[in-house]
Parts: sequence; C-alpha cells; structure tokens
Amino acid sequence: MANPILVLAEQLRGGLADITFEMLGAGRALAGAAGAPLYAVLLGREAAPLAPKLGRADKVFVADHPQLDLAPAGAIAAALKSVMDQVGAGLVLVGCTNVSSGIGSLLAAKTGLPLVNFCRGAKAEGGALVFTSQLFGGKILSDVKLADGRGIACIYPGAFPADAGKSEATPPVEKVDVPVEPPAVVFKKYLEPEAGDVDITKQSILVGVGRGIQTRDNVQLAEDLALALGGAVCASRPVIDQGWLPLSRQVGKSGMSVRPRVYLALGISGAPEHWEGMQNSRCIIAVNTDPKAPIFDGSHYGAVCDVLELLPVLTDKIKARKG
Amino acid sequence: MNLYVLLKMVPDTVEELNVAADGKSLDAEFLRFKLSDPDEYALEQALLLKEQHGGSVTVVALDAPEVDDVLFTALAKGADRAVKIPIAQAGLGTVAAARVLADFLGSAPFAPDTLVLPGSQAIDDLEGELAPFLAAALKLPYVGVVCGVTPANGRVTVIKEFAGGLRAEFDVTLPAVLGIQSAEKPPRYVPVAKVRAVMKSAQIETVDLPPPARPGQLEIERTYKPEAAGRAEMLEGSPDEVADKLVDVLAKISVI
Ligand SMILES: Cc1cc2nc3c(=O)[nH]c(=O)nc-3n(C[C@H](O)[C@H](O)[C@H](O)COP(=O)(O)OP(=O)(O)OC[C@H]3O[C@@H](n4cnc5c(N)ncnc54)[C@H](O)[C@@H]3O)c2cc1C
Ligand SMILES: Nc1ncnc2c1ncn2[C@@H]1O[C@H](COP(=O)(O)O)[C@@H](O)[C@H]1O
Repeated sequence: MANPILVLAEQLRGGLADITFEMLGAGRALAGAAGAPLYAVLLGREAAPLAPKLGRADKVFVADHPQLDLAPAGAIAAALKSVMDQVGAGLVLVGCTNVSSGIGSLLAAKTGLPLVNFCRGAKAEGGALVFTSQLFGGKILSDVKLADGRGIACIYPGAFPADAGKSEATPPVEKVDVPVEPPAVVFKKYLEPEAGDVDITKQSILVGVGRGIQTRDNVQLAEDLALALGGAVCASRPVIDQGWLPLSRQVGKSGMSVRPRVYLALGISGAPEHWEGMQNSRCIIAVNTDPKAPIFDGSHYGAVCDVLELLPVLTDKIKARKG
Repeated sequence: MNLYVLLKMVPDTVEELNVAADGKSLDAEFLRFKLSDPDEYALEQALLLKEQHGGSVTVVALDAPEVDDVLFTALAKGADRAVKIPIAQAGLGTVAAARVLADFLGSAPFAPDTLVLPGSQAIDDLEGELAPFLAAALKLPYVGVVCGVTPANGRVTVIKEFAGGLRAEFDVTLPAVLGIQSAEKPPRYVPVAKVRAVMKSAQIETVDLPPPARPGQLEIERTYKPEAAGRAEMLEGSPDEVADKLVDVLAKISVI
C-alpha cells in the first residue's frame, strides 16, 4: 500500500471551510488511483467536534490541544509534520487560502519535501503524481510531477467539486499528540467586516470595476450605470487598496463572494483571486481592452472596448430603454 | 525600527506571456518586468513605520531586469539603503531565493526591533511563498497576508486578512518576518525628477554571496496557456454599437 495522503481540514470560527471538502474529494481520487489511505487532520480543541463531518476520509486524526485553536501557521506546520511522521504520510494537501497561507511552505521547509502551489488539477500516473498549477494571474498553467508521489500540494479554492468530498459515513477518529511550543504569534481578536453602506452579497445587479477604471473620479461613471440599472458598484482589490471604494465593496479571495443575476466586470483582468469571489454569478459580462484577458474565458458575454468610452453611452442607452 | 523590504521583479501580465521553445518556461524575449504588487505595499508599510516610529528602511533585491530603477525609486521614496545581490533571480525559484536572502539577512545578529517585510506572495509562486521559507531559515516568527502593522511594547500587532472582509489581529514578538499583502495607505507617488536626482546622488550597494547549490527543485513537465473553458460570446463594434448590444443582452436576461 502506498503512503497515506493527508488533508489538513481548514476551519474558521467553528465551521469547516468548503476547501476542506474540495481537498477530500481530490484526495479521495488520488488515494484511489495510488491505492493509498486518505486521512484528514483536525487541529485544535474547537475543531475536534467537527470530525464526524469528514466521512470521506478513511480516518480522522485529531490533536485537540487548546493552543492549536487559531494557531499561527508555524504551530500548525509543526503539528502537521508530527502527524506526517506518525502515520508515514507521503502527500499532504493544504488549502491555498488566506486562512492557511504559509502552512504549506513552512511544512515544505521543515520536511524538505517539494511543494506545488496554486493547484487546480491533480492526477496519478503510476506511482507519480502530476499537479497542474495556475500561475501569472491565471494566464499560464504548469504541470508539475512529483515522481515518487511525495510532497505538499496547495489546492486552489473552487478547483475541485466539494460534493466529491462529502459523505454521510462516520469516520474513525484517532487522537494524536503533537508538540506545541510557546507561540511567538498570538491571536488577539477578530476585526469584523465593516458594515458597508450597501451589502453587495445581497445585490442582484453588480457593476464591478477594476484597475481599468484608472482614476477615483472615473468610479462615478460606474456609479451612474449602477444607479440606472438599480444595482450597486463593487470592485477588484487594486481599486479598494487605492481607497477609491470601501473594503465592504471588495469581491474576491479576501473580499466578498457574490452571486448576482448579472455581474459586469469592467476593466477587470479576471485574476483567480477575483474570479473566486464572482464565479457563481448567473450571468457575467466582461468589458476589457485586452482581447486576451482571462476574464473572457469564463464570462457569458464579452466586449473588447474601453470602459471609459463605453460607460457614459451605455448608461444613457439604459436610461432611454427603461424610459 | 530596523526594517528590511525585499523587492522582487515579476513579468507584467498586461503584456502577452508566451511559452518558450523548451515548453517549460516563459519566453523571456518579450517579457516586461515590474515590481511585484505586494512589494509596493511592503515598501509603503515600512516607510509608514519609519515615519511614525523612527528607524531605517533597507531595500534588498536580487539581480533582475530593471531592478536598479526600482531600487532607486525606493530610495527616492525614503528608503535609507538599497542592496543588490548580484545573483540572477531568473530560474532561481522561491526556495533558492529564500536561501540567498536568508544568507544576507542572517549574516549578523538581528537588532531586537527588526522586521523583515517580503511581499505575501507573487504571481509566479510555483514552489510556495518566500516569506515562510525565509522565516523558517532565519528561525523567526511569521504571519502572511498582512495588511497592517502597529508596534507596541517591543512587539507588533499585525492585521491578517481572512475571507469575506474578515480580518484578525495577532500579537507578534520581534524580530519577525511578515508577508505583506497591503498597507494602511496606498503606495506613495514619487516624481520621476526625484528618482533621477537620487540616481545621481545615491548608490546601490552590492553584496556578493555564493549562489545557491540547487535552484528550482520542481520537475516541470509542461507549461502552457489555459484553454478557454467556455469562451464568452463576444459583442463586436464601436463603443456605441457594443452599448446597443449590451442593452439587448440585459433586456434578454430580464435585468432591464
Ligand atoms: C492573497 C491574495 C488575496 C487577494 N484577494 C483579492 C480579492 O479579494 N479581490 C480581488 O479582486 N483581487 C484579489 N487579489 C489580487 C488579484 O491577484 C489581482 O491582482 C486583482 O484581482 C487584479 O485586479 P484587476 O483585474 O482590477 O487589475 P489588473 O489585473 O491590473 O487588470 C486590469 C484590467 O483592466 C484592463 N483595462 C485597462 N484599461 C482599460 C480600459 N480603459 N477599459 C477596459 N479595460 C481596461 C486591462 O486590460 C486589464 O485586463 C488577491 C491577491 C492575493 C495574493
Ligand atoms: N529574487 C528576489 N529578490 C528580492 N526579494 C524577493 C525575491 N524573491 C522573492 N522575494 C521577496 O519575497 C516576496 C514573495 O516572493 P515569492 O513568494 O518568492 O514570490 C516578494 O514579494 C519579495 O518581497
């Protein structure tokens, strides 16, 4: 039997993140092909009660030390390394998310194993594993081979179906002891998302603006369109980081996940971190001056056009159509 | 505070990226480079910390196209020292780059109020993020996806981003490595004339270090462009014509 595959269950505030199930699904397929067992790892006293939800794993290893609640990446990597050693794991799957950021790399540093980041695809080829990594803002893919099937893979959210990682079965649970050192990084408190003037997650029409909007003043052009449509303006990260719109309007990995009836992506390139937050919109319409922008690949409608020229005309025509 | 900002050049993805003849790497011929976005914020965060709490900012880079301009720009913005390590960044990979930078940073004991501020991640991080590898090599605490840093009582309070706009505060002992994602303010602007003046008056220090034994440890089988998974239906024409077609689409999906 091949070395076990480990999945680090990602949890936040007492719940399991979707990425956990996405990884369990991907891990199950790899484990099946390699003839390896699939184990989940749950860390922290608060997390321990979540074990029954991980039925897709052959076994769940739980380290219920209170210092692993909201632990920093270093403590989690140390605990994972210890579990790896105890079960003789060959491959570890970790979420490529903000919550888990750095854990994979710290584990790679501790174990000397290779790490493949931003994984969107995974397949077994004999004893080897091939991961597809998405690079350069989604413009390039690289297939990377782990010849002996050993390594660490950081799995990109939304790349694998979560349903494949869910099961009604109750998995066996085993407690493990892991080393816990006095932490140099200590959780203090959550900073809740500021309640914005509008809740973009509840809007059915969103006008999303990206760096292509170019200046703070131009954001008004999008506001005019949103007003004409009866929707709201949201934005990609660079627009928020510039302070042109409040954080409550950010869509994507660090911001909000939205699923409006229509999402207009104006001057947004379609980087995976933005895509993560709006991919479930029912209709996506992209406008970009670059005909090769990745945003066109997943959108329903697209136009190669300067948004600054388009916006005033479009707003006028919508007003005229609505009468 | 003793602040180090690490500056990395990445291909500008506004340009078209092509795969080289080896089918594994990027075709270098048409690549245009720019400073990695998070590094703009790391520099800004360091400059803000220096302005508010005193200290000095050292910017460090490996050799890469156009990196001198970026180092001079950092000096013009207010960095005190610019260091270039003449080892080419190209083809090095994150793990090896971390080793080189750890050699540089770890060559003398750290002042107790040292913060090393790499960008949290970059668009070409195939092997992982440099910040945690560096922290592991230097045996320093690490937090990533940081968007705010406030010193207090010989420690720092950092803000890390989660998802859905949720953030959290962590208390971190110094010295530490923080992967910076954004800063408390947008990166400052510096006029080109000022950069030119700095180019005449200031110097980039060069620090020679042995090149790492083993660059890029991953076996890349193939590099390629993604196939469009369901390409958008394209609306052609002038802005005026596109607007008409968009109005029709919005009407068709009953939005107007
Ligand atoms: C940990 C982490 C978390 C992140 N979280 C988020 C997140 O929550 N949300 C998010 O959005 N990003 C996030 N990012 C950043 C993400 O990687 C991208 O950098 C970002 O989404 C790019 O925004 P953009 O498309 O507006 O800008 P760019 O990628 O710069 O694209 C601008 C686009 O505008 C087009 N354009 C320029 N001028 C015009 C014009 N006049 N008319 C039409 N088109 C024009 C260009 O062709 C280009 O395609 C995160 C990154 C990291 C590493
Ligand atoms: N070659 C390099 N020279 C200087 N800094 C680097 C280099 N590579 C990475 N870094 C730093 O590490 C951060 C993260 O890079 P990485 O995770 O390797 O892409 C960058 O934003 C830089 O701050």
